[in-house]
Amino acid sequence: MNLFKLAWTYLRIGVLNELQYRVNFFIQLLQSAISVATGLIGLSLVFGQVNNLAGWSQSELLAVMGVHILMGGVIRSAIQPNMERLMNDVLNGTLDFALTKPADAQTLVSVREFRFWQLTDVLVGLVILGIAVTQLQESMGALQVVSFLAALLMGAILLYCVWLMVTSIAFWVIRVNEIVNLFEGLYAAGRWPVSIYPDWLRTGMTFLVPVAFAVTVPAEAMTNRLTPESMLFAFGLTVLFMLMARGVWLLGLRSYSGASA
Amino acid sequence: MRRYVEFYLASMRVSILSQIQYRVANYFYMIGMITEPVIYLVVWSTIARQQGGVTGGYTPGTFAAYYIVWTLVRNMNIVFTPYGWEWRIREGNLSMELMRPMHPIHSDIAFFAGWKFVVILLWLPLAVFLTWVFKPTIDVTWLEVVVFFLAIWGAYLIRTMLLSLIGMITFWTTRVSAIFELYFGLELILSGRLVPLTLMPPWVQNLSAYLPFKWTFFFPIDALVGSMSPRELWTGIGMQVLWIVIGASFLNVVWRSAVRQFSAVGG
Repeated sequence: MNLFKLAWTYLRIGVLNELQYRVNFFIQLLQSAISVATGLIGLSLVFGQVNNLAGWSQSELLAVMGVHILMGGVIRSAIQPNMERLMNDVLNGTLDFALTKPADAQTLVSVREFRFWQLTDVLVGLVILGIAVTQLQESMGALQVVSFLAALLMGAILLYCVWLMVTSIAFWVIRVNEIVNLFEGLYAAGRWPVSIYPDWLRTGMTFLVPVAFAVTVPAEAMTNRLTPESMLFAFGLTVLFMLMARGVWLLGLRSYSGASA
Repeated sequence: MRRYVEFYLASMRVSILSQIQYRVANYFYMIGMITEPVIYLVVWSTIARQQGGVTGGYTPGTFAAYYIVWTLVRNMNIVFTPYGWEWRIREGNLSMELMRPMHPIHSDIAFFAGWKFVVILLWLPLAVFLTWVFKPTIDVTWLEVVVFFLAIWGAYLIRTMLLSLIGMITFWTTRVSAIFELYFGLELILSGRLVPLTLMPPWVQNLSAYLPFKWTFFFPIDALVGSMSPRELWTGIGMQVLWIVIGASFLNVVWRSAVRQFSAVGG
């Protein structure tokens, strides 16, 4: 319970900090609008040629796009800022300040930062998802909503685990910015359902950077394509990644030596 | 004149030597960049296959050729960014460069031009890998190769002018990221970066004919991958020269009033 209280306190500080800069909301909104517009243009070009892409209709792909934007907002508001701070802390030796605190270090480094205005993308993603679902004119059962939320949560946890593992590499090699760049490239591939990609890329997007589970599976839940098996598989993978991330983090921490701080 | 040539050669050599040092970092960066064209390529070859093998004149093979050449052109399109200008102006680093007897744009152009040699060298194995995976169909003539080689440097210069102009907005206002994003969005659509321009609706193609974007992306790729007549190829190079001249003139005018705006804080 203590850990949740800790996370909540940091979240509040982060939000209060950001609320001071309100113009940033409009700038963020403009940027989201630009990225939505280019995404929609891409979709319309595709559907100017065909009426489905590997079995996905336009509205279904719109749902995928909505989830992709939503999850991108989650990454940029809660996951990426923390991991970037962790990288800098390892580089500068200032991680000492976090390690000497009595709370669990992994929890601490994962909740210290929160970019409130980036949640604009979560909102924009939800709106797009809403439009897509209305177009599909499917009745939304309670089970569907629950499985969507569960898939979304597992996806976010998976992405967090991958980020933590990648960031932990910094304990050994210090400079990891370029690996982060690689991650962003692979995440961009999640804009389209993973089933369209060739096998080798699909494997990478499932197990290396689980974009498949972070974006495609929640979108499948929303469009009635999800099987109980893939939900169960997602759950198993989430547990596995959590254990692995914990292991890599503890291993990395052992080779950490504070620099000058 | 001789002064400039010596300056360029020396700066390019320094940049080649220093970027070779960071070859692993450079490589990760390039690999990260490759996912973007691979996504477009997969989507469009899926569509071509669904339509019986051809869409808008492109087969999966020619799409592969387009997007593999794309990766080199994209790398040639990397120049000193508007964000770099923002940083340079905000932090006052520009003061130091203003002290030099030469316009700061020269050191930008020379530095990135040197870097390009490293980039081209590192690009070759990636191109081999992508060729092996995606099996492009490409049929080139010597003239196309020559024009392509000129065109990628033309593209580099045009984009340097454009992005410097955009970056110099920072002289007047500091909230520029939204303007930059808008610019990059337009460029994505109108340059041929997202899809070959021939797949765009006719009015977009007409519009792009009057804008500089297509000469930085679509033209160099199409010069090598497409089948333009020698006359069209040389006209394209002419258009690139025209846009470089236009860009440089604008840069000159804007620069003169911009420097008067500039007041350094520290630096």
